[in-house]
Parts: sequence; structure tokens; C-alpha cells
Amino acid sequence: MISLTIDGKEVQVPKGTMLLEACRIAGADIPTLCYDPDLKLAGSCRMCVVEAKGRRNLLATCVTPAENGMEIHTESSDVIEARKIILELLLSRHKLECHTCESDGDCKLQDYCYRYGVADSRFDGEGPHFTKPDPNPFIMRDYDKCIMCTRCVRACDEITGALAINIKDRGHHAKISTAFDGNLADSTCVFCGQCIMVCPVGALTSKVSAGKGKPYQTEKVVTTCTYCGTGCTLALNVKGDKVVGVTSVRDIEKSPVNNGALCVKGRFGWDFINSDERLTTPLIRENGELRQASWDEALDYTASRLKGIKEKHGADSIAMFTSARVTNEENYLAQKFTRAVLGTNNVDHCARL
Amino acid sequence: MTNTIGELENDAKAIFIIGTNTTENHPVIGYKIKQNVRRNGAKLIVADPRRIELAEMADVYMQFVPGTDVALMNSMMNVILNEDLLDKEFIANRTEGFEDFKAILEKYTPEAMEKVTGVPAEDVRKAARIYAESEAAAICYAMGLTQHSTGTDNVKTACNLALMTGNLGRPGTGVNPLRGQNNVQGACDMGGLPNVYTAYQNVTVEANQEKFEKAWGVKLSNKVGLTLTEAIGKAHHGELKALYVLGENPMMSDPDLQHVEEALENLEFLVVQDIFLTETAQKADVVFPGVTFAEKDGTFSNTERRVQRVRRAINPIEGARCDWQIICDLSTSMGYAMSYDSPEEIFEEIRSLTPSYAGITYDRIDVTGIHWPCPTVEHPGTPILHREKFNRGLGLFHVVEYKEAAELPDEEYPLILSTGRSLFHYHTGTMTRRSSGLDAHKPHNELEINPIDAEKLNIMDNEMVKVVTRRGSIDIKAKISDILEPGVIFTTFHFAEAAANRLTNADSLDPVAKIPEYKVCAARVEKIS
Amino acid sequence: MAQEYRVLLEYADKIDPANAADYIKVGGYKGLEKARGMEPKALIEEVKKSGLRGRGGAGFNAGMKWSFVPQDAPVKYVVCNLDEGEPGTYKDRIICQKNAQALLEGMAICGAAIGSNQGYIYCRGEYPFVVDLLKRAVESAKAEGVLGDFDIEARMGAGAYVCGEETALIESIEGHRGEPRFKPPFPGVEGLWGVPTVVNNVETFACLPYILTRGAEWFAGIGAPKYPGTKIVTLTGDVVNSTWFEVPTDMTLREVIFELGGGVKNGKKFKAVQVGGTSGAFIPEANLDCPIDFDSMGNMGAALGSGAVLVLDETRDIVDVVTRISKFFEHESCGKCNPCREGTFRCREIMEKINNGNGSEKDIDNLQLLSKVMQKAALCGLGQAAPIPIDSTIKHFKHEYSRKLVVTSGKGGH
Ligand SMILES: Cc1cc2nc3c(=O)[nH]c(=O)nc-3n(C[C@H](O)[C@H](O)[C@H](O)COP(=O)(O)O)c2cc1C
Ligand code: SF4
Ligand code: SF4
Ligand code: SF4
Repeated sequence: MISLTIDGKEVQVPKGTMLLEACRIAGADIPTLCYDPDLKLAGSCRMCVVEAKGRRNLLATCVTPAENGMEIHTESSDVIEARKIILELLLSRHKLECHTCESDGDCKLQDYCYRYGVADSRFDGEGPHFTKPDPNPFIMRDYDKCIMCTRCVRACDEITGALAINIKDRGHHAKISTAFDGNLADSTCVFCGQCIMVCPVGALTSKVSAGKGKPYQTEKVVTTCTYCGTGCTLALNVKGDKVVGVTSVRDIEKSPVNNGALCVKGRFGWDFINSDERLTTPLIRENGELRQASWDEALDYTASRLKGIKEKHGADSIAMFTSARVTNEENYLAQKFTRAVLGTNNVDHCARL
Repeated sequence: MTNTIGELENDAKAIFIIGTNTTENHPVIGYKIKQNVRRNGAKLIVADPRRIELAEMADVYMQFVPGTDVALMNSMMNVILNEDLLDKEFIANRTEGFEDFKAILEKYTPEAMEKVTGVPAEDVRKAARIYAESEAAAICYAMGLTQHSTGTDNVKTACNLALMTGNLGRPGTGVNPLRGQNNVQGACDMGGLPNVYTAYQNVTVEANQEKFEKAWGVKLSNKVGLTLTEAIGKAHHGELKALYVLGENPMMSDPDLQHVEEALENLEFLVVQDIFLTETAQKADVVFPGVTFAEKDGTFSNTERRVQRVRRAINPIEGARCDWQIICDLSTSMGYAMSYDSPEEIFEEIRSLTPSYAGITYDRIDVTGIHWPCPTVEHPGTPILHREKFNRGLGLFHVVEYKEAAELPDEEYPLILSTGRSLFHYHTGTMTRRSSGLDAHKPHNELEINPIDAEKLNIMDNEMVKVVTRRGSIDIKAKISDILEPGVIFTTFHFAEAAANRLTNADSLDPVAKIPEYKVCAARVEKIS
Repeated sequence: MAQEYRVLLEYADKIDPANAADYIKVGGYKGLEKARGMEPKALIEEVKKSGLRGRGGAGFNAGMKWSFVPQDAPVKYVVCNLDEGEPGTYKDRIICQKNAQALLEGMAICGAAIGSNQGYIYCRGEYPFVVDLLKRAVESAKAEGVLGDFDIEARMGAGAYVCGEETALIESIEGHRGEPRFKPPFPGVEGLWGVPTVVNNVETFACLPYILTRGAEWFAGIGAPKYPGTKIVTLTGDVVNSTWFEVPTDMTLREVIFELGGGVKNGKKFKAVQVGGTSGAFIPEANLDCPIDFDSMGNMGAALGSGAVLVLDETRDIVDVVTRISKFFEHESCGKCNPCREGTFRCREIMEKINNGNGSEKDIDNLQLLSKVMQKAALCGLGQAAPIPIDSTIKHFKHEYSRKLVVTSGKGGH
């Protein structure tokens, strides 16, 4: 264990602990933009800098190991000044459209500008010039809002392994781009949306959810994906009794299979729920056509037909196909119904298909 | 899966992928395999007739002729035997039947099998060595292995491979089927099968019958029921009169749709319960509107046997009812009162009858799901199966010889048609084709065809062509792709307007599992001019 | 009269730099022989004792740097930084062209100290002829058998200034985008391809043979006690003798410019000198009596850096010069960290605004604030040093800025 003081508080941490962690232990809230606990360290946003006694430069806490005897100040005037200037530098290349932004209320740039009282930027030269249209149906890429944290690049590489995006060009002109600065659809992108998951601002958002509700207006209901057998955990975003989006649950405890990672179906394939083709009433075939029926009528009719057939041809003349898509409880009831009510073991599902 | 998904990312030192296009069909598992290879240097062996994405990063890629899985794996085992790469201790202590099995391996030399599988002998040797010499090697497979007339043989052969090298019962090992649909595992666990009650309790065992008769208060049949494919066949013959289909779409998913259509039309009474008016629902006499996963509570069991919560996010849309509710209502209408306050109450009944789920409660899985078997509420669940012993005690080697696929190419139908899935769609497309993003991104079915075959037929990329088999034909867009060997074509079954299952073969079922041979049938491609 | 003191360049133009036999004739490879006869620990101690500090700009004690390398690591590398991207600096090229074998010998000595048998020389992209020469030099040394099992490979750089930063250089050798890594881990622990790597400048390596043959005490006795030895300086700009000199480190700037350099060209008056390359501070006449060693320069807010000395005469427009420098840094910023990526861009914008006569006092304040944050918070030396020319000229030549500012009273004009 090593011991150091942080904002006057003495803390002990195991050797190798990064300052960021040590500061958090000491109760200091360190702002971060590029840091992501699931990704390799970048150390590039410099928002997490703190002052260490005896050091000329400020230290980026996410990449600096704590050392014995360090004396750290997390909100000294130099630190606050640096964070403010960094925020102003970012604002000067950021399209400030919070009122129409999908990430309004769930944006680290907003949060930190609020925290440090940065309303606008003293750097009033050239504004953002990074966005170009990308006509894919899933991901809105608005790099005029990008703050170059490179979390998306790392997520694409380290979680999905698609390596679809990287940094192109240098200096101020550096930007996130596909190999030839083309559309995602022509790259190795698999539209998993992991980049959206990690983007701390509104640069990457879901086109499928666009305009349907801001993050703070939606309730997040944690559930299991309806598609493949991997069983990823995801959060359905609900507004006004409507599903308006899917977001990740970034917590290995709560999302044990996928730790927030999803695929294109899980993340973007949810709006069938609201399809206007959904069946909303029972139907009965009459004179060759399906017509609407009440529940009571449909249930009674079905019951009597099934009973009639069972009486006439025996239980084994009836079969049920249950479903690999409905819940365990429903599958249980389906086989119980087949066995106990219809009286046959003719129950199967499409496990094999 | 005998083991867990996480082990494929962290524990497996070698992974043998056969018959799973993991990055398309189980994308998140695909990510993990890729990261294990890239980050930890895990070795990767890929066997697939198509040069799938994972093949690109594989240490050995074996592009084998569809349907020759047993020949391929037996030849790997021939190498393992001859080069003495076996786990003798494991074989001695944990298995039986090895001597009989060993006897057949002799003839499966990689050289002899090269003509059958098309895989160079040296690659088979290399693959066998990597798999057998690894500290922890996992096998993953999916429908590519099972959807054959020899599907059961294929799976048994994969098990032989694992038994022979002791790759079972430890972290990072295992024989791991990747389940295609969210709750295939659960549907099986819950007894959605013609021969078993929940937790695979056989219907022909008297004690089981008595147990369920007592619980449900009725007499039960001890006669094994019909599988799905058999039921369709019986309907076709007129022996099956009524069918109740819950959330399935056999009019798209089953082989030889012409045959399915005739069968369904032949029924006296067809009930379909679904969220959309599917191709199957359109044929129904009664349709019940069910709800999506977003509208109900319950549990799903994923491919690693983890029982996880499904939570109601919104109320059922106006007019529809939860599927469990509909079954209860219908049952009650038929005179057998079924009434539960909530899915949790149903789950409590499941627990009382299902030993492997007995220890799982909604409370316990509120945050993190539990892997069955979980016999008591104190039990932590079982991420890894067969640690100390197998269900039957000793692991049994099955003597499995290679058999040809049922329908082989001939002069009239010179190509092998294989079917599968795309990353952007799911099953019969009921949900994904109504998801705006997915359908916009991939609105058409495509037929993958090798450039050499395309040239022979004078077919251009994106040209509409006709695929013909003995069952029927579809018009489809050609996509010229060298991920296939000449002589093999591939398409997906998600699209009603170009439904692959008009082409597939319903007659060649696996004799045990009754799985249709989706992965191999003889076909020809014609130019539409 | 101040005098050169030639050690590294004693035999300049007298021997063929590529030819190992020539070098051996004048005493070459004796140092390596001695080093190989020593315990690595003792060897490192000897280098530490000499007080040799890095000549690439950061001035870190070379022996100390080596001592951080874990002895038990199975593979280690010695990397020579020959990126020499600082405009106006060419001393590393001169060392290669005059005494390449000393560089090779120095790298091999480092190899003996840290237990490495593979060296790489990362050579500036604009120096293809130097790579050629080095390749011949390595072959010749191998033919003489003097390198033993130590192998050296010369690689061509990517032409980016930032690739001179040691971790960006490593990234570049690995075939990645030339972006600096954060430190720690330092290259000595986790460097090229993840293994312990010593990165030193050409001049640093080239000192080693002499330290070993003539002794640590001898070296420590030359020049400034805290930064001993000689330093090769390159004079450019408005100076009579624009050429290179090897001088003891306690020589003053005035001596360098006016005695060795022969003073300002064309009889003009001196205005300022920028030492250490593009990122160096501008020093006014009043501070010229400062010795050039690392610490003395540092104490007055400047830096010795690579040893480039750019002299400006009285006619030069400081604001214009600094504006051009700010363009250089805007262009050379790799874009990884916020302060540098956006800071260099805004510095250039504001400098141009002032230079074009559109700036105000407020812009000067903003520049100073930005400069401070960049120096304190940027990830690597590039961003930290980029605003120093601006900062130092606002400090010493404020009147030149004021002249160009818009008069806020409303009348306007210069
Ligand atoms: C932007 C930047 C450029 C640099 N360029 C060079 C260079 O061209 N040559 C060099 O030797 N060191 C350069 N350095 C210093 C190196 O990072 C490193 O400190 C040096 O190679 C260590 O060698 P030394 O200890 O022998 O000086 C540069 C540093 C920075 C921040
Ligand atoms: S969607 Fe996925 S694959 Fe595509 S760029 Fe984002 S992270 Fe990469
Ligand atoms: S797009 Fe988002 S995640 Fe990617 S670099 Fe920009 S701000 Fe960061
Ligand atoms: S998100 Fe994708 S990988 Fe995960 S369960 Fe859903 S369909 Fe499968």
C-alpha cells in the first residue's frame, strides 16, 4: 500500500493504482472525457488533470500511477483554469445545438460546461467543419459535435473488433473516419453501435430513435434481447408507453453476458414493436376470409373446434408448435396445455430450424 | 453449451469453429472470440464451406464440402490418435467405448479424406495438433453442424473429439452449441418437445408421468408425440387434423414450403398466435394477437443455460394479450381452469416440477441470471457442465462413420445449395423485416455464387436469377462472391418474396433429431432472360 | 577568445565516417571493448558518474535512464533517435557524416549495459543519404567484427516532427500512427513492441566511446558541472558564420554568437536569438551572458534543446516570425490531446489575427492563458513547448505586438 494526500485527505491505495481511482476513493469527483473503464487508456482529453505538489506540469490522473507521498489538489486554480480552457477549446469546434440534440441531458460536455460555468468559448475563430452525410439507416455521425475522445475508435477495435473507424489526418484537422473517409456501409462496420454506446456527447446517435425522446425523458427497462441465443442484456427506452429506443446496460453485474455490447439487431431492431401491422384483435376465418372477432368469440370457437376434433379423431390428431421465441413460462404452459388439456405429447418447436 | 460464453473470451486457448458463422449469427459471441484471438493470442480453427469472417483470422481454415463434417472430424481424430495427442488419463478415467471407436479411425487418414472433404491433409494435421495440444480447447457449432441428414452424427463426432482430448469439464473447453433463437434452450428445458416434460424428464418413464399427473390433476399420455417435421408430414397425409401454432412461422421456416402449404391447407383447424399476420397466420382459421418481449414479464434461457429475466416495458398494445394469458384463457375455455396472477407464479410451478430450475427464483435472478442446473436456492448454478462426471457417468464414445448427404448434386442439379442467416435479419423476418433500419439496410435476399460458376452461367453481379431444386424455384438477386468454393451456392431464409425454403428438402431428415437438411440440397441456377 | 572543444568531431573530414577501420585507427571501438569487459551494473555506474545527460532536448541523465531497464527481461532494444525534426537543427546529421562509427559504438555500449543485442536507428525521412551511409557503416563495422553479436538496423522515419518524441517514434517504428504514448510506462520498461527500450539521441550515444576510453571523471570535468561535456551547436539566421561548432557546455550564448559565430551579418544590430529549435524561447540581448548548459538556460525560461541557435537581426518582425512558427505547430500537432490539437490551431488563428493588424489586448491575454494551459496540460513535449515562442516574445518583445494591435478607442490603424 502507498499513501498520499488528496485535497488534504490522506488515502491509502495499492501500488499501481491510478490517480484517478485514488481521487475517487478520496471522494474527489474528477471529470473525464476520454476515459472509459472498459477500454484501453488514451490519456488524451486532459480533463482529469490535477496539481501535484512539486510538479511543474499538471498530471492526467487516468494515466498516472499514484506515488507514495504525493500531495494532490484536484480543484486548484490552475486545474480549474486548465479544465475551463480545454472546455472552451472543445466548444469552439462543437456545434452547440443542445435543444435539438439527441444527447441533451446525457452529455459530458454539457455536464462539465455546467460544472465550470463555461457558457461559450473565447476562441471565436473557425467553427466546426467536420460533418459529412452518411446515408446508413442506423448511425447518425455528426462530427461537428465530436470532441475527439476516440472512445468510439477504441470500442470498435477492442469490443467489436471491427476496426471500421480510426483517426484520419492530424492536428485540428484530425477526425474520426473510415479507412477512406467513406460511408460506414462501405467499411468493415457491422453497425453494432458500440460507438454510440461509448460516445460521451451527441456526435454518434441512433437514427432509429431520432426525435423520439431525450435520454432523460425515457424510462430504461432492463431486459433480455429477443433475437439470438446469446441472451444479451439491454435496456428498452420507454416514453409514454412506447418503446423509443434501446441502450446498453454498461455493468458486468447487470449485463453479465455482454457487458453492454450489442449487435445491430439488438440495438436497432426494436421498432417492429410499434409496427402498425401488429395484430390487435383476434381473427376468425369465415367464408374463406379472416374477419375480426372478439376475444370471447375467438376463444369459445377455438375451444369448441379443438374439443370436437379431439372427440372425433382422438387427442393425437392435434399438435401444438410452441416457440423458441416466447418465454419459459409460456413454453411451460404451452406444453402443459398440450399434454394436460389436449391430451397428447404432440408438442414441438423449431429448435431445429 | 457445456461451458459459458465468457470462457470463449477469457479461458479458451484454442477454439474450433465448425458450422457457425458466429460473427453474423451470434455477433456478441463473435466479438469475444475475436478479442480472445487478437488480445490473448488464442488459436482459432475454422471449418466452414464458406470463407466466413472468422476464417480470415484463423490459424487454420478448412473449407470443406458441405455435408462431410464427420469425415473431416474423423480425420482430425485419426491424426490425434496416430500422433499420440490423446488425453489418455481422461479417456481411462472418464470415458468408455474408446476401443471400439478407435478401430474405425484407422481408415480416416487425412490423405484419404482429402478427396471427400476437399481439405488438404496438412491443414487437417495442423488443426488436429492445435486442438489436441491446447491446454483448453473449445468447440463451437451451430446449425451448420446440425442441419443435416447426419446432424446427430455430426454432433456425436464433435463430442468424440472433445472426449478424446479431455476437452470437457474445465474452463475454456467444452462442446458448445450456439443456439439460434433467444429461447431455444428454454423451450427445450420447458418440455416443448414431444418426448420429454420439463428438464428432459421422459414422458415414457412412469414415475415422471405420475409426477406430472399429480401436479396437473389429469391423466397423461405416455406415448412420444410428433416432432414438428413429422407433424407437418402427418398433416399432409391427413392424419393430423388440428394444429395450434404459437409464435412460429412454418410457412417460412420449414423445408419445402410447397409441401408445408399443402399440409396446412389439409388441416381441419389451424390456430395461430402471433404478433403479425405471418405467412402461416394467413392460413389460419383462428388468429390470436400475442405480444412482443417488450410487453411481458418472464424469463429466457440463453445458449449457455443462463436463466435471465424478461421485463415488461410497456403494456400490451390495445387488443392484444400476453401469450401466457391467451393459453390460460383457451385452456379455461376448454374446461381446464388455468389461472396465474403473473409469470412469476408460473415460474414457481415450473420450479416445483423441474429439478434443474428448482433453485432459481425471480429474486435470485433480478440482477444476474443463473446457469442451470441449480437444484436448490443455495446452489450458485452450474456454469460448466461435466466437471466431475457426465450425466450418464462415463462419457461414451460413439462409433460414427461418415455418410453422404441425402441429396447430392447430379447432372440436372449440379450445385450444392446451403442456407443460413444474415447479420441483419432474424429467422423468418417477421420482426427484422418490420424494423425500419434493418430492412432499409438489407431489403433483398441474395444468392451467393462463386465467380467461376457465375461466369459459366453468364451471370452478372446483382442480376436476378432463378434457383431451381426438385421442390421448387425462386427468383433472387445474384451476389458473386468468392467466399464459396465453385459448386456451392448459399442463400438466407429471411425473405418471403424469395423464400429459400421453397427449395430445401423435407424428405431427408436426421433419423434421430428429425432435423431437415437445410445445409445441403442439389440445385441449379438459371438465367432469367 | 572562446574556443571550440572537439571530442565527437575531432576527426571530422579526416576519416571516412562509414569505414570502421579508419575509426579503429584513431582509437575507435576501444570503449566498447572496455564496456564489454565490465559488469553491466558497473558500466551503468560509470556512465552515471560521467554526468552525461540526454542531448535530444530533455536532458535526462543517460546512465540513470538505463538503470530503469529491468535486467531480467529476455528481449530489450536500443533505439537511436535520429529524427532531427527541429528546423534549423542538423547536428545529428553532422555527427553521422563525420563520425558515424562513434554512434554505432555508443549504441553497442548501451547494448552491453542493458543486455540488448538489437539496435534500431530511426532516421529522419529527409535524410535518405544518411540512412545509406549508416547502412554502409554498420556493414563495415560488422566486417571488422567489432560489433560482436550486436545488430543495428537503420529505418526511415515518416517525416512528422512529432515522431521525434520517443514514444511517437516507437509507435512509428511499430507501424502505427505517429502519436505519443502517455508515460509511465516509460520506454525503459515498456517500449518498442512492449519490451524495455532505451531511446537516446545520436549525440548522447556518440559521447559514450570517449567517456569509456577517457574516463567518467574526464567527461564530468568538461564544461558546466551539472551538464558536462561538449555540445554541438548549429548556427542559422542572421549570423556571419552559419555553421556548426562543438563547444564546452559552459560557453555563453554571447560567446557562441559573437565570437565563434562572428556576430550579426551585414553589420546589422542583434535583436533576438531563439535557442533549441522552433519551440525554443526567444532571448533578448540582455540575457546573452547565460551559459548554454541545460540548467542555466532553463533557469532563464529558455531551453538548450537540440542546440540550434537562430539569430535575428534588428530588421526582423518578431510577430511575423512567431506567426510562422505557430503555423508550423498547427501543422505538426498530431491531434491526440485536446490542449495541443485545438490549442495550436487557435494559437495560429490568434497570431495571424494580430499579425494582420486585427488583434486586440484581449487576444494577447487569451494567448497567454492558452499558452499556460498548453504548457501545463498537454500530453507531450510538442504541445507543452509549442506556445513557448509566443509566450517568450510577449514577455520580451511585447512592444512589437502592441504595435500591431487595433487601438480599441475606435480610431483603428497600427
Ligand atoms: C515534439 C518532440 C520532438 C522531439 N524530437 C526529437 C528529435 O528529433 N531528436 C531527438 O533526439 N529527440 C527528440 N525529442 C526528445 C525525445 O523525446 C527523447 O527525449 C530523446 O530522444 C531522448 O534521448 P536523450 O535522452 O539522449 O536526449 C523530441 C521530443 C518532443 C516532445
Ligand atoms: S457501429 Fe460498431 S462496427 Fe460500426 S463503427 Fe461503430 S463500433 Fe465500429
Ligand atoms: S464521435 Fe464521440 S466517441 Fe468518437 S471521438 Fe467523437 S466524441 Fe468521442
Ligand atoms: S444483441 Fe445481437 S448478439 Fe446479443 S442477443 Fe441480441 S441478437 Fe444476439
